[in-house]
Amino acid sequence: MTDDHPATAARPLLSVHHLVRHFPTAAGAAVNGASFDVAEGEIVALLGPSGCGKTTTLRLVGGFERPDSGTVLLRGRDITALAPERRGIGFVFQDYALFPHLSVAANVGFGLRGRPASEVRARVAEMLEMVGLANLADRMPHQLSGGQQQRVALARTLALAPPLVLLDEPFSNLDAAMRLETRQEVRALLKRAGSAAILVTHDQEEALALADRVAVMQAGQILQIDAPAAVYRSPTSEFVAGFLGRSNILEGEARGNWAETPLGRVGIDRSAEGHVRLAVRPEQISLSAAEGAGGNGVITGREFRGHDQVYWVRTADIDVMALIGPNDIYPIGTRVRLATSEPVVLLGRG
Amino acid sequence: MTAQIKGGRRRAPPAILTAPAILVGAAMIIPVFYLLLRATEGDPATVVSLVVRGRTAELMANTAALVAGVLALTTLIAGPLAWLTTRTALAGRGLATLLVTLPLAVPGYVMAYSLIGMSGHYGFMNQVFGWSLPRPEGWLGATLALGLYTFPYVFLNLRVALSTLDPSLEESARALGCTPRQVFTRVTLPHLRPSLFASWLVVGLYTIGDFGAVALMRYEVFSYALYTQYVAAYDRIYAAWIALILVAIAVSVIWWEGRLREGTHYARTGVGTGAARRLVELGPAGQVAAWGFVTLVALAAVGLPIAVLAFWLSAEPVLPSLPVLGRAFWQSVSVAVPSAILAAMLALPVAVLAVRYPSPLSRLINRLAFVGYAVPPIAFALAFVFLSLSTARFLYQSHILLILAYSLAFLALALGPIRSALYLARPSLEEAARSLGYRPLGVLRHVTFPLIRRSLISGMVLVFVIAMKELPIAFLLAPTGFRSLAITMFSRTSEGMLVDAAPYAAAIILFSGLFVGVVLRQEGRHD
Repeated sequence: MTDDHPATAARPLLSVHHLVRHFPTAAGAAVNGASFDVAEGEIVALLGPSGCGKTTTLRLVGGFERPDSGTVLLRGRDITALAPERRGIGFVFQDYALFPHLSVAANVGFGLRGRPASEVRARVAEMLEMVGLANLADRMPHQLSGGQQQRVALARTLALAPPLVLLDEPFSNLDAAMRLETRQEVRALLKRAGSAAILVTHDQEEALALADRVAVMQAGQILQIDAPAAVYRSPTSEFVAGFLGRSNILEGEARGNWAETPLGRVGIDRSAEGHVRLAVRPEQISLSAAEGAGGNGVITGREFRGHDQVYWVRTADIDVMALIGPNDIYPIGTRVRLATSEPVVLLGRG
Repeated sequence: MTAQIKGGRRRAPPAILTAPAILVGAAMIIPVFYLLLRATEGDPATVVSLVVRGRTAELMANTAALVAGVLALTTLIAGPLAWLTTRTALAGRGLATLLVTLPLAVPGYVMAYSLIGMSGHYGFMNQVFGWSLPRPEGWLGATLALGLYTFPYVFLNLRVALSTLDPSLEESARALGCTPRQVFTRVTLPHLRPSLFASWLVVGLYTIGDFGAVALMRYEVFSYALYTQYVAAYDRIYAAWIALILVAIAVSVIWWEGRLREGTHYARTGVGTGAARRLVELGPAGQVAAWGFVTLVALAAVGLPIAVLAFWLSAEPVLPSLPVLGRAFWQSVSVAVPSAILAAMLALPVAVLAVRYPSPLSRLINRLAFVGYAVPPIAFALAFVFLSLSTARFLYQSHILLILAYSLAFLALALGPIRSALYLARPSLEEAARSLGYRPLGVLRHVTFPLIRRSLISGMVLVFVIAMKELPIAFLLAPTGFRSLAITMFSRTSEGMLVDAAPYAAAIILFSGLFVGVVLRQEGRHD
């Protein structure tokens, strides 16, 4: 499913067409017809649950796997059958893959062989300066922290100024605090180097925060690819709606640009007729106390989280989740009135 | 996500790996095939009358009795020692471990030499203490000689198993109401089983294949009978049949070990690092008793050979025999060094293929690589005799054939360290080099080789030291005029010339000490 994103209107840097890859020991295809483009300098996140084929897709682009069918084009050139070392595509591995027998400087200079020694030295120094590790050039990899190892791996890859860098779960080996800090740093480094990047992750927050576009994968296929805000606000399928944050899935009867639902009458983002399925984000639902036996729901659970609160509300045989501000407190059992604050997303006919 | 592990047809291995690996696999089975060919040459009636008779049954019973005796003796010595050095607060555990690992430096036939040299009227015991002991012979002598040499294999295996068993498992069993004794039988012992079986396999195969110790102890087992048939009676068809029986015994031992070990592969399932283990306090009496046991074992297995050798060495000046000794040493080296290099070179493609390109073919080759190790050496050597006589007569009794036989027989020793190093060198390192512009051969040179170099060298050292003291293969394949340390020492001892054998035995112990050094260094990595 390609998308007419403005950035890809010119000739894309990378163009992937209908990649299919089966593994002999697995039942289905690991990658089953994936297609997408990456523009020059663009960061694309491949997001999906484990086993969805995102790492295999990355390895197909990198040349470490051969597709059963489909093509990979880099700046219009067919590289599908090209050996990894002849693609000029950088790869940052999940475990960073720093050579344990070489110093930090030697690791960074590893891909620069064949160039004059003075040029290599200058480039290594420049890269280490860029990732802020100039003072650790003589250390061995095992003497570095996880975050430092990752920056060395990135410096080693960027030293060759590849037009495209592939990153396989780059933050999964870092602890939570490091992850937040490193995320924007990596994005800034890639942007400064001018390299496009494909990043594989199962963490939706990471994908939304880091990428220019997010491609959501399931069962070897790309379900939706778009800017982070667009994928979040307008999911085209129940899977995307559920995987990117939490969503309430409702059924209703549509009449033009509104629908009758268990929450009452709600606006929908495009017009439709008849039975439909709708995705409603918890933060799109507002609550107000109802007098006596009025209202359309009863509070069944709540969780106070400081900056906001989560409520579970039973309404017309289904439970919906609502996310509201910290000010109004509704005890369990309170009858409330539910409303939606903006048009909800139409997923399709139910 | 785990695609790179599952991938069965990712990239075909380069021919530069496949071709030599297939050659190794073929080289392992072709000799055994010639054994079969020679065995079936005789007319059926003669073969039946040769093989199906009381003597075969007697040899079988003796072989079984020897294996049972050696396994029992080694386990009785090694079990308590392993427990004492890993689980108790024994004072000086490091020293105790060293003392009971040293016996690996005294090969079975040297141990037999010292048991013989200790006894008799002119023996060490009578001359020094005035005790005239009968010359040890037969089952008891062979069991003692082999058991005192091989028990450290069991000891080292059990030690690793005891020290790597997660303490929280045993503590959980206590918390679930088990007494310490029940914890031992229901948790600890089941976890020891895989290592116990693995070490029994090593010791059992060694015992079946040993020739020096049983020959000196004049104990009639298959390997000794093969030797007398081949050398004395020169009956090649019967020798071939005995060799085949030896191969069959080895195969069935391996099969049984596999059966016993089925389903006993335990891995730690939990996460996090296990807590430190609390050691059993021994108390003063316990410390004395434990050290008494350690001392007794060390005295019998190391002290005795050294004392006996010192005794016989002092009987006559050593200096005149030094030039001959030097020549024998040089002859051993001239075969052991090329064997070590060749073994490592052959092991490398097999290991890379097995670890990086898993496929039915690479698994088959990896299994075949162990044939040379599993087939009793004297039978393996006889197979090479037949092979060279039928196909390349000029190779018969040549250095090349001996070196080839050594490198194949000890290939497994070189393969082990290389394979573990390759497993540790993650594939992503090689892929990272590819993504940085290196071609496959460049990756091998700049990444893979530097990572496994140390293991390659330690594999070579293992093969070198084993080849230095090897006896049965050298005996059958010796080029004319080839008198290695082991051959010289063995023939002098079997002719009763204990004084003349002493310098050679001393040289062998010195050299085998190197082997122990390598083993201890590897053992050190586990701690």
